[in-house]
Amino acid sequence: MKKFDKERVLLAVAAPALALVAAFLLTALVLAATGKAPFNAFGIMFDYGVKADSQVYILNKATTYYLAGLAVAIGFRMNLFNIGVDGQYRLAAFFAAVVGGALQLPGLVQIPLIILVAMLVGAMWASIAGLLKVYRGVSEVISTIMLNSLSSILISYLLVDGRLADLDKQTNIVSTDPLPSSSHFFTIPAGGDLDPVFGFIVVAVLAGVGFWFLLGRTRFGFDLRAVGRSESAAQASGVDVKRMVLTSMLLSGAMAGLIGMPTLLNDTHQFTSDFPAGIGFTGIAIALLGRNNPVGIALAAVLWGFLERGANRLEFEGYDKEIVGVMQGVIVLCVVIAYELVRRYGLKRQQQRVGAELAAQARKTDPEKEVAV
Amino acid sequence: MRRGTVHALVGENGAGKSTLMKILYGMQRPDEGTIALDGTPVELHSPADAISRGVGMVHQHFMLADNFTVLENVVLGAEKSHGIGGRARARIKEISDAYGLGIRPDVMVEDLGVADRQRVEILKVLYRGARTLILDEPTAVLVPQEVDALFANLRDLKAEGLTVLFISHKLGEVLSVADDITVIRRGTTVASVIPSETDPRRLAELMVGSELPSPETRESTVTDTEMLRLNGVRLTATDVDGVERAVLDDIGFTIHKGEVLGIAGVEGNGQAELVEAIMGMRDPDEGTVTLDGADISHAPTRKRRVDGIGYIPEDRHRHGLLLEAPLWENRVLGHVTEAPNSKGGLLNPAAARRDTERIVAAYDVRTPGIEVTAASLSGGNQQKLIVGREMSHHPKLLIAAHPTRGVDVGAQAQIWDQIRTARREGLAVLLISADLDELIGLSDTLRVMYRGRLVADADPATITPEELGSAMTGAASGHLETPVAETAGGEDR
Repeated sequence: MKKFDKERVLLAVAAPALALVAAFLLTALVLAATGKAPFNAFGIMFDYGVKADSQVYILNKATTYYLAGLAVAIGFRMNLFNIGVDGQYRLAAFFAAVVGGALQLPGLVQIPLIILVAMLVGAMWASIAGLLKVYRGVSEVISTIMLNSLSSILISYLLVDGRLADLDKQTNIVSTDPLPSSSHFFTIPAGGDLDPVFGFIVVAVLAGVGFWFLLGRTRFGFDLRAVGRSESAAQASGVDVKRMVLTSMLLSGAMAGLIGMPTLLNDTHQFTSDFPAGIGFTGIAIALLGRNNPVGIALAAVLWGFLERGANRLEFEGYDKEIVGVMQGVIVLCVVIAYELVRRYGLKRQQQRVGAELAAQARKTDPEKEVAV
Repeated sequence: MRRGTVHALVGENGAGKSTLMKILYGMQRPDEGTIALDGTPVELHSPADAISRGVGMVHQHFMLADNFTVLENVVLGAEKSHGIGGRARARIKEISDAYGLGIRPDVMVEDLGVADRQRVEILKVLYRGARTLILDEPTAVLVPQEVDALFANLRDLKAEGLTVLFISHKLGEVLSVADDITVIRRGTTVASVIPSETDPRRLAELMVGSELPSPETRESTVTDTEMLRLNGVRLTATDVDGVERAVLDDIGFTIHKGEVLGIAGVEGNGQAELVEAIMGMRDPDEGTVTLDGADISHAPTRKRRVDGIGYIPEDRHRHGLLLEAPLWENRVLGHVTEAPNSKGGLLNPAAARRDTERIVAAYDVRTPGIEVTAASLSGGNQQKLIVGREMSHHPKLLIAAHPTRGVDVGAQAQIWDQIRTARREGLAVLLISADLDELIGLSDTLRVMYRGRLVADADPATITPEELGSAMTGAASGHLETPVAETAGGEDR
């Protein structure tokens, strides 16, 4: 049995490694095509990425990305494509910022309240897609994409001076009321004059552990995974598939609600029109890269942060910063292809091994039957 | 294979029949060895390649478009040979008459019965110029009368000089139709025999190296305690044309503790829906389902499972297994709320793994371990795992839909044994099977299902497969009696 497990681990690592190598080679080709020395660019990114201040930056970015990856992965685990994580987290962060800015409660009460509001709003927004799917058979892909647009429109309608936001006359920026300082999340000093690490990283880690426990160790998680593997078999096993669709959509949305929190509670403390957008889509890439596994997603989130940090530097060095975008895109494509290849190879190999071991067993146990023939 | 003969290929499940067929039909490439057609070695790269060399295949699951006519189905993909109009129709007529297939080119395929569809499939292959036909378990879906008609067709084919490779589990049929028989086991040819020199028992021994099992179970264990009762169950469904029709109509029966109730019927007459209504996967429009005194007509599937319904599904890949999950997770499937799989809301993977080891040993599931995926096991071993899983929770009622389909002779005997043993201990069983010998052999009571209704009942002690077969086609109804009274009275159940 040991041998088998070792091979499984090897196969599990093979896919992302293969994808990354292929992605770097392809990016090198792109770089070479633009007339730049490719490996020099990788060198710059690496040197810059391992600096202390870069590491803080990467960790803080990765915290957000990790939560985004988890939110998407909950859906992926049961074959639901929640493309709407993007709209869910932006709407959640907006309402959380409005509630947080309007209240003056002690931090111990207000911070959980803000987080709760964010999770509820995210879950509610996601539930629209869930209800549409369950009761009207609307594909969640279509509905969540449209809900993304709707959430942008809703935010731009409400984020107007006099509605739920104020205009800062000097900077000409519209924003929600800032959170009281009691509602700022704690930070972890990184030493020296470096920026601190977001305290929300602790919440992200807890979310990861919760994700692992829920899916891997509970009855509910087993049912959810069963639906993801075979809806018909899950239904026959007694899972209420419709309810499971709705529940996992709610969970995914609630997790999406957390995505904006590191930025809101640890960084900007208010929602402005330039609040980070598009992280929901990054989350899809990260969940794919991390194989919907909490540890894998963490590694993918850190890699993503690293690449973005490197992108900033490349610009200084006269490279096109879009090259990192190309690299990220290529990684995602390579990952999808590599996983499928490795999965098929693994399955085939396992079937061969099972066949071979059984034939060996049979040869050992029934030579007398052969004689009987 | 000699030209102009019917050559049968038999072997237990996982022996390599399907793989060999795929190779012959160009769907898979052999690692070694050669294939010679008419004396010339050939390499078949694709089904198109095989067709162009005159090798055609009739799949077990028909590949026909229901909403097309027979003519359209036949010319589909072969438009080049005779066009799609009058010429094609003339050719179809010609082939149909030559081999006595009785094909009507302008009928919609959806209006055809299983046997007719099969003849369309055969014609499709002949239309493409096949001289060698591969038939994959062609009799699995047919009733005895239809089997006879098919065999008559096969004899016509070989009389015209065509060669037929016939693959089957049913040894009696093989002996009646084949000119030569090749037995394979574990991927190798173990014997080549001719029918006149062998019998079913000898063939079975060649296949598995063990005795041919029999489903006979005569001593009655039926008690007076009702376990499952259906009353006036009606279920309607909307078919592809948007027409609502009753797939189950006024179904009523009772199964007692220790009783096996067998349902005979040609597939697609409502058996699958009946099972789904009892399992709670479909909600009946009318009628009641009572399990052990409790009304469960509209209870969710999980509650029914926890209450003691065991389920061996007809399609194990769709309803019984998570193919890409390891065996121990498959052991949990369907019983996630029960010990030893979980406690409170939490899974207990360690206990589930241990219990999977126990099932693997007790039910002789041939696998190198419990961490391999279900997909890597052969069909028979997958089925043994499912039977082991369901029996491990001591069900009150077992729904066994085609419990030994696609299972080799050895595993078949084992599964029959397990059902018999559990029945002796008071298990009630609803048995649905296309294998009439299995139905007659295991059941205490028999019902025949036709177009969503229970149209006939019979006593398994006296009924013959032929009589059952005629009721399955709707030709007979009511209480089926053997014309020759074998035993006098006392058999009314």
